[in-house]
Amino acid sequence: MKKIIGTLGVIILIIVVAYGNLTTRYYEEPLLDKLKEKYSEKYVPPVDHSKYKILKKKFKKPQEVTEACLSCHNKTDKEIMKSNHWNWEREEYIEGRGIVSIGKKNAMNNFCIGTQGNEKSCAKCHIGYGMTDKGFSFTDPKNIDCLICHDNTETYAKAPNQGGKPDPHLDLNKIAMNVGRPKRTNCGVCHFYGGGGNNVKHGDLESAMFYPTKDIDVHMGTDGTDMQCVDCHVTKHHNIAGKMYSLSSMNHNRVYCEDCHTSTPHEKSILNEHTLKVACQTCHIPVYAKVHATKMYWDWSTAGRLKNGKPFFEEDSMGNHTYLSIKGSFIWKKNVIPEYKWFNGTASHYLEGDVIEDTTKPVVLNELHGEYRDPDAKIIPVKVHRAYQPFDPVNKILIQPKLYSDKKGEGAFWKDFNWEAAAAAGMKDAGLPFSGKVSFIHTEMNWPLNHMVSKKEESLKCNDCHTRYNGRLAKLTDFYMPGRDRSELVDTLGEILIYLILFAVFVHGFLRILFATKFNKKRSAA
Amino acid sequence: MTRRVYVYKAFERFWHWMQAILIIFLAFTGFEIHGTYTFFGFEEAVAYHNIAAYMLLVLIVFAIFWHLTTGEYRQYLPTFKNVKAQLDYYLFGIFRNAPHPTKKTVLSKLNPMQKITYFALKVIMIPLSVISGILYMLYRYPQSSEIEYLNIDSLEVIAILHTIGAILLVAFLIVHLYLITTGETITSNLRAMLTGYEELEDEEENENKEEKQ
Repeated sequence: MKKIIGTLGVIILIIVVAYGNLTTRYYEEPLLDKLKEKYSEKYVPPVDHSKYKILKKKFKKPQEVTEACLSCHNKTDKEIMKSNHWNWEREEYIEGRGIVSIGKKNAMNNFCIGTQGNEKSCAKCHIGYGMTDKGFSFTDPKNIDCLICHDNTETYAKAPNQGGKPDPHLDLNKIAMNVGRPKRTNCGVCHFYGGGGNNVKHGDLESAMFYPTKDIDVHMGTDGTDMQCVDCHVTKHHNIAGKMYSLSSMNHNRVYCEDCHTSTPHEKSILNEHTLKVACQTCHIPVYAKVHATKMYWDWSTAGRLKNGKPFFEEDSMGNHTYLSIKGSFIWKKNVIPEYKWFNGTASHYLEGDVIEDTTKPVVLNELHGEYRDPDAKIIPVKVHRAYQPFDPVNKILIQPKLYSDKKGEGAFWKDFNWEAAAAAGMKDAGLPFSGKVSFIHTEMNWPLNHMVSKKEESLKCNDCHTRYNGRLAKLTDFYMPGRDRSELVDTLGEILIYLILFAVFVHGFLRILFATKFNKKRSAA
Repeated sequence: MTRRVYVYKAFERFWHWMQAILIIFLAFTGFEIHGTYTFFGFEEAVAYHNIAAYMLLVLIVFAIFWHLTTGEYRQYLPTFKNVKAQLDYYLFGIFRNAPHPTKKTVLSKLNPMQKITYFALKVIMIPLSVISGILYMLYRYPQSSEIEYLNIDSLEVIAILHTIGAILLVAFLIVHLYLITTGETITSNLRAMLTGYEELEDEEENENKEEKQ
């Protein structure tokens, strides 16, 4: 009977171990294969635009191309005119502020600060023609720039500082006859160069993403599935899914990894459990700015220095500007480890004219909401861009300076190098008060990272976070994490207890040996 | 006179050694997860710790069943009779080679101090470790679904209780290992737990002695 119980026990233990080991074997490999197959299929356009007569006639103005497009796509202009790409603003609900219209028109950043007063230059990245600093007709469909997104020849480009007009030397006929589904190059010409240069803003979107390898981005790698932006940023009626929280506030119309990969894609169930609180990006984007450096710090306060009355620049070893008279000093970094934040999909923004009460700590221009206890919040990787930017110390508001102008004397900082004049002109354009005083204030901007997804072998390992000191999540202290956290009191008392017991055991044992030899001597003596 | 007596049954010995191996292994992997040192690596330590934990749970279920059906649980019912004598023995008598104050018999294997210690082990330390360990395993994140009343806002309390349980078990283990050497000879207790047999004084003789006294 006893033997039977004993054997039974052993058998059951073996079964339990085997069960524990073998049940984690389902996973997404079949799903991954399906996805690879789906996205490896080459896109075949349903029509050949080079056959249409209307696109063969000679175009004198880009607006004529738009008219030709709209003659067939005769309702598309309505879709475009509802889009953020066209309006540069949208209605959003912001916690504590209510419903506001927010966008490039009224939000401020800590790069070139804002668009107001600088429209002519900024319009290089607007999907329209004819923007001036006086204004823009957002209601004229002829001003829609179809080609910037739909040119498939990879030759179309906008001219700098021309309010969005294309380079006059382009062959508009050839381009118009070769339009199609947007490629990485179409999105990239604007989104890779935000902030006035390659990889200035995002850190994970840059010129290397035009034709990346799998090592740079596992999805878009040309040696892999070669996915295009619009494969994930699925677009219906010109409403593009996915958003950037530099300007967005609400948790809708987002793109999630889970849309394709499900929320339980791992072989090990312990990893799948993490997806409740940890975004995929956190482990799978271990570094960003893998090829070219990204801007990490921008100090506007040093701008305006001149050599022999002329603006100048300085460069670092990677060839990035570390100083520009028109913009100030910069710090660039490559292969950057992200910072990590809780994020529930909502954000609040500093909008033009918001009064800053606490000037002792950095102003967060786009605060990401979320904490451990928030059921919707997950940990995400973020590029934090820090800056020291112009500030009106009397009105306690950020200054929107006028930067660009094509001539001197209009107050534009990039021509006249005078902060007070630039602030006065910019604040007037923005309809904001200006005290006449310019100082500087530290600001931070959060750029959630979603691209440059690494191969699975390079994703984070357990002990990148589950480690006592200097783990990746060392700054997120609102929860208990095994391997990192402990009760110092319990650990210290425990240590003392163990040492006391060891000491007692050794003393007791030593005394036993000592007395035993004594008694033996006595016995042998007797 | 002494007699060779079958003290520890087969299952009892299997249970004892299995529990010993599992608890030592759990402590070793557990303190790695705690961040005290690195040996297997965090990922492996967690995986091994979980497997050993399931094994221990199964073993405990069998042990409870065995103790209840055989009535052996009575061995652990604490008594304060002779506690002072036992304490005196460990503090003084043992050095003078005095005899054990309580006699070990098949029906009463444990001395009064052992009874109290093992009782505490079985109703405090092991339940503390096991229950906090089960909660540790079940705990996902705050406001997770499924079993609503198991939703706990934080792992902190669970993890710290689990640490306390582990520290107490290690403390017990050290004392336990040392006291093994305090039998009739240094190895007699160890040999008894391995073979099941131990040289015990003749029970009849004991009874006679007690009557005379």
